[in-house]
Amino acid sequence: MPRKTTPRQDLTRGVWRENPVLIQMLGLCPALAVTNTVVNAIAMGLATFFVLFFSSLLVATFKRLIPSEVRISAYILIIATFVTIVDMTLEAVVPEIHKALGAFIALIVVNCIILGRQEAFASKNTVPRALLDAVGTGFGFIIALLLMGGIREIFGYGSFLGFPLFGANYEPWIIFILPPGGFFTIGFILLALNWWQRRQEERAKAAELAEVAVGRAA
Amino acid sequence: MSPRKLPQAPQKGAEVSAWRLLATLGGAGALAGFLLVFVYQVTQPAIQAYKAKVLRESIQEVLKGPARWDTLYVLDDALTPAPPADANLATLERVFLGYDEAGDPMGFAITGAEPGYQDIIELIFGYDAESQLVLGMKVLSMKETPGLGDKIEKDSAFVAEFEGVSTPIAGVKPTRATGAANEVDMISGATISSRTVIAIINHKLERLGPMLQRYMEERT
Repeated sequence: MPRKTTPRQDLTRGVWRENPVLIQMLGLCPALAVTNTVVNAIAMGLATFFVLFFSSLLVATFKRLIPSEVRISAYILIIATFVTIVDMTLEAVVPEIHKALGAFIALIVVNCIILGRQEAFASKNTVPRALLDAVGTGFGFIIALLLMGGIREIFGYGSFLGFPLFGANYEPWIIFILPPGGFFTIGFILLALNWWQRRQEERAKAAELAEVAVGRAA
Repeated sequence: MSPRKLPQAPQKGAEVSAWRLLATLGGAGALAGFLLVFVYQVTQPAIQAYKAKVLRESIQEVLKGPARWDTLYVLDDALTPAPPADANLATLERVFLGYDEAGDPMGFAITGAEPGYQDIIELIFGYDAESQLVLGMKVLSMKETPGLGDKIEKDSAFVAEFEGVSTPIAGVKPTRATGAANEVDMISGATISSRTVIAIINHKLERLGPMLQRYMEERT
């Protein structure tokens, strides 16, 4: 068995501490490509969540039946089936959003977050644990996409979820909704995140030193 | 981190027979196939209905609210409302002739598609064969650059340029406009996209224009 984690950790680590996009740097392709508005980000996040959840369910359920020689092909088959279901369902239910997401729905098949979770977790753990992990990772992905989509829509269109924020005089910063804006946004998010983490570590270290000093003085 | 074994997929026995591999993938593939056919059957009506609805709304828009319209098929360089029974309706080129309340023809709605800057641009436009004026234009699908090329759909000033423009249309830069009846101001930053929109309409009319005119003359 891999390293022991509690069910709680399975659920929470994907959300932030091991966030698939911001920490593991996986799934950057959809995170950069379809986050120019919040609605697109939400739709992409939910579609990926759905595929991840049901793929983990099936892989964890049938892990003993799948010979390890063909496990990757079997995972891809399971993932591709759910992606196609999502693709058809979105086109039937919300055709406008389906149009906006274009080819990126089909590309969920090769999203390394999903295949990664199957190979690294769902295929080695019980069904409930695999589902907790899928929910956590899925939420982490949605959070990362929302962060990207929020920043890009606010600057690039001057709106949030389609509601204008700054009035008619705002000149939209079009670069943010173009592909380069995706790279700028993820770059600045990672910069802020790393700066914050380093500061936390330094503070923790400083607090430790202070404690030692106090201990000596006493 | 506690010491751990290398990650391993669950294994039973050293050798797995080829039949088992085949059966696993074959069985999973067959199940996936059944599931997908089922979802396809369930979702297809909604998808087709949406496409038909978009087309209906677009015809309404480019012909300025016709009371009804006929579908005409292009066959052997002529328009016919009733193609022969053996013709495949799905592949025949279609135009729509709209009528007002009194039953007088208002104009044709014609769809066309050509490659733009990123992908195929598909649009529908209204056309009056008698005066040879374009009545209106609406983009049906495109994947042009957001913020630049997508103005062919989102810039209402550009779309409005097509109302009442005479054909063949000439695209001009706004600074060089002379005010001629067949001029359309191109969008700066979206030259290729605007040029494609104009080209789609011109090419379609070049080919279909005489047929439309002939059909209207024979009607009266």
